Amino acid sequence: MAGNSDTNKNAVNVREMIAEKKKKKSLSNYTEKFIPTFLLLIASISLLTTVGIIITLFTEAIEFFKRVPVWEFFTGTVLKPMSQNPEFGVLPLINGTLISTFIAMLVAGPIGIMSAIYLSEYASDRVRRVLKPLLEILAGIPTIVYGFFAFTFVTPLIRSIFPEVGATNILSPGLVMGVMIIPMIASLSEDAMSSVPNSMREGAFALGATKLETTFKVVIPAALSGIISSFVLGISRAIGETMIVTIASGSSKNFTFDITQSMQTMTAYIVEVSSGDAPAGSTIYYSLYAVAATLFIFTLLMNILARYLSRKFREEY
Amino acid sequence: MSQKITVKLNDQVVKKTGRQEKKRAVFETNQLNLWYSDTHALKDINLSIKEKEVTAVIGPSGCGKSTYIKTLNRMVELVPGVRTTGEIKYKNRNILDRNFRVEDLRTQVGMVFQKPNPFPKSIYENIAYGPKIHGIKNKKILDEIVEKSLRGAYIWDEVKDRLNENAYGLSGGQQQRLCIARCLAVEPDVILMDEPTSALDPKSTLRIEELVQELREDYSIVIVTHNMQQAARISDKTAFFLNGEVIEFDETDKIFTNPKDSRTEDYISGRFG
Amino acid sequence: MRYVDEAVVEKRMKSRVRNNSILKFIFLLSTLFGLIVLAVLLVRVFSQGIAWLDWDFITGRLSTDPARAGIMGAILGTSWLMLVVIPVTLFIGVGTAIYLELYAKPGRFQNFIATNISNLAGVPSIVYGLLGLTIFVRALDFGNVVLAGGLTLSLLVLPIVIVAAQESIRAVPNFLSEASYGMGATKWQTVKKIILPAALPGILTGSILALSRAIGETAPLTVIGIPALLIPFPGGLFDTFTALPMQIYYWTLDASLVAEYAYLAAATIIVLLVLLFLLNSVAIFIRNKFQQRY
Repeated sequence: MAGNSDTNKNAVNVREMIAEKKKKKSLSNYTEKFIPTFLLLIASISLLTTVGIIITLFTEAIEFFKRVPVWEFFTGTVLKPMSQNPEFGVLPLINGTLISTFIAMLVAGPIGIMSAIYLSEYASDRVRRVLKPLLEILAGIPTIVYGFFAFTFVTPLIRSIFPEVGATNILSPGLVMGVMIIPMIASLSEDAMSSVPNSMREGAFALGATKLETTFKVVIPAALSGIISSFVLGISRAIGETMIVTIASGSSKNFTFDITQSMQTMTAYIVEVSSGDAPAGSTIYYSLYAVAATLFIFTLLMNILARYLSRKFREEY
Repeated sequence: MSQKITVKLNDQVVKKTGRQEKKRAVFETNQLNLWYSDTHALKDINLSIKEKEVTAVIGPSGCGKSTYIKTLNRMVELVPGVRTTGEIKYKNRNILDRNFRVEDLRTQVGMVFQKPNPFPKSIYENIAYGPKIHGIKNKKILDEIVEKSLRGAYIWDEVKDRLNENAYGLSGGQQQRLCIARCLAVEPDVILMDEPTSALDPKSTLRIEELVQELREDYSIVIVTHNMQQAARISDKTAFFLNGEVIEFDETDKIFTNPKDSRTEDYISGRFG
Repeated sequence: MRYVDEAVVEKRMKSRVRNNSILKFIFLLSTLFGLIVLAVLLVRVFSQGIAWLDWDFITGRLSTDPARAGIMGAILGTSWLMLVVIPVTLFIGVGTAIYLELYAKPGRFQNFIATNISNLAGVPSIVYGLLGLTIFVRALDFGNVVLAGGLTLSLLVLPIVIVAAQESIRAVPNFLSEASYGMGATKWQTVKKIILPAALPGILTGSILALSRAIGETAPLTVIGIPALLIPFPGGLFDTFTALPMQIYYWTLDASLVAEYAYLAAATIIVLLVLLFLLNSVAIFIRNKFQQRY
């Protein structure tokens, strides 16, 4: 060690030791130059993931559209991939997806926003501190558990009241999906409402408005774009949700609006086809990617819209 | 107000004039200009800071005094969009030169900040941090450096039994002396102090001031302060900054008893700032 | 003449105040609705599964006979997945966060990557499954093994880890890095010795939450093609495997054939929920215990 001779003397000369070490520091100099490039490489993995998704989905989807015309795919109301004369109309899947999403939002929208109003405007600090983490638990339950719950509890429950409902149907998973999305809408809308400045509320209170009137006439209009953004994210989440509908809605490719029947969503179709033995290179195999690309575009548009809305909201305050 | 200062000063004058000798300059600032994006923060600064002296930099807030000492160790570059012209010579090398390694500069020019900023580590690790990053790893040497630095900052007796405790358990004043000790651990030539007592109570302030008096024996010190009495009490030279310019730079006694510029007088007598 | 008739105001005030109290009650009920469903779900799962949950079930191998079936294979599979997900997401997630927060010059490229990450966070998990199937299982020819599943799940939760790490790094006060630079430390020394240690509790908390998201995921694994009945235990990265959520999935699907499978699924759910509960407790513990106050 360079410093050993120094320790024998009483005083350690740090200055000299540092100067000494500095001469040998070329290696760490090297690291210092290399690190930013290295980190950039790591950071570009997230870009590669996006590129990977897009290339994977669209090259295979294009292969599909060589065999099935785009027009036929997007306007076809019949989906019979396994049949002798297969038909590949995606509308039954889009229909199933939209209906389940619609049912889910009927549950999650009103309940989510009312929870948000309660948490943001009415609840005391103590109550909020208890309720919010509990709602987060709801968001942390794996979707497969919700699927199990929909299939083995909610469906039998509905059938005991309305016997005409099928053992697999779109209603039950739609409702359960709604419950799953409540915390997301509640917490995002609450964030939007709590960031409305208090001075605006005080203005209304000072005129003698009740909390309810203040909430609906001042807070909600002010937080509107944030609230809508939370709805859009909820919709995106419902569109992409897979396990609940796969388990509880079955695999009938009905093109119907009857919510008591089994329907298939885009996500459930992907699960069904990929877990079956679709031979690579077959039209049905490529249809997987065409459906996934459609799904990807749906959710991407929703996410872009949500981000646009929430940015607009943030600009206001 | 101004009368009080003058009275106090008289004791100091005697003490200081006793040891006037020829001193070399550590920092020669020539025609320094600095911009934050579009704001011209320092204008044509010319200052010569001598070794083993305490140089105080005073002036109202926003006058560029903090910017100036942060330029002396190039910490000012952490703000995006900073541009400089002119030169600052440290031991005859221009530190504003692109080729000057900031790490070398900052090793030799230590800094104590406005708010005590110990690392969230043990007291020992706080002091050993500097030597360690500069490659000193020998435990025995580090132990020695830690003790010496803590003694140098007159905090050894208060912390010697709890070197392994988190530095945030210390009081504000102790934290600041710990930061000074941390600075001493790499044995810099110059110590820059950016309003080191502004976050402290009067008693801790006094201890830091005493410490500065001790340190001037071995180190060149540049201290920014908004407290004029403090400048008068502890410094040999004082520079008065206003709107990014040096209005006056002279012996502290002269600045406080007989300023040449009327703006200096106005500031010192509390008419603005 | 007065514009405000006090009698009318008085009369209306009563109904306004009443409306306020009624709706307050309804809002409270809405908030409780989600929690009531949660309670029903938990009670239901536990009452169905708890009787089947014993030591033999946990340590046993899979079997078509409900009385003899066990989930050791699924537990091992999930553990192996975690062993892949933890290092991969920590390394890439923290690296990306350091780059974005501390090295990238603010501007177009940084915004571009940030937007890209938030888009990735919104991509449905099933799409990641297809990515994994196409890249890891087929193109790189790993097959449906632990490594392919683990990497797929890593990509899925990576945005969560990146954002959590970014937030923790941003929360490290500037004065700490200033102090370090002031000592003559280089940027990387400052990052390694000051910023990362100070951000570590937050990073770990975020990573554990991401991990619990990963081990509950089913959809990507169904796409990759996890066999329904797999008897041998996985012993390495290149072994085929099953995982807890996959086992729940298969047993739930087959519950219409063999009624007891529903109970096996419930018992497996209990195991999965307990695992998630433990992970979250660790995360909360780390957050509370190691949070430095400045």
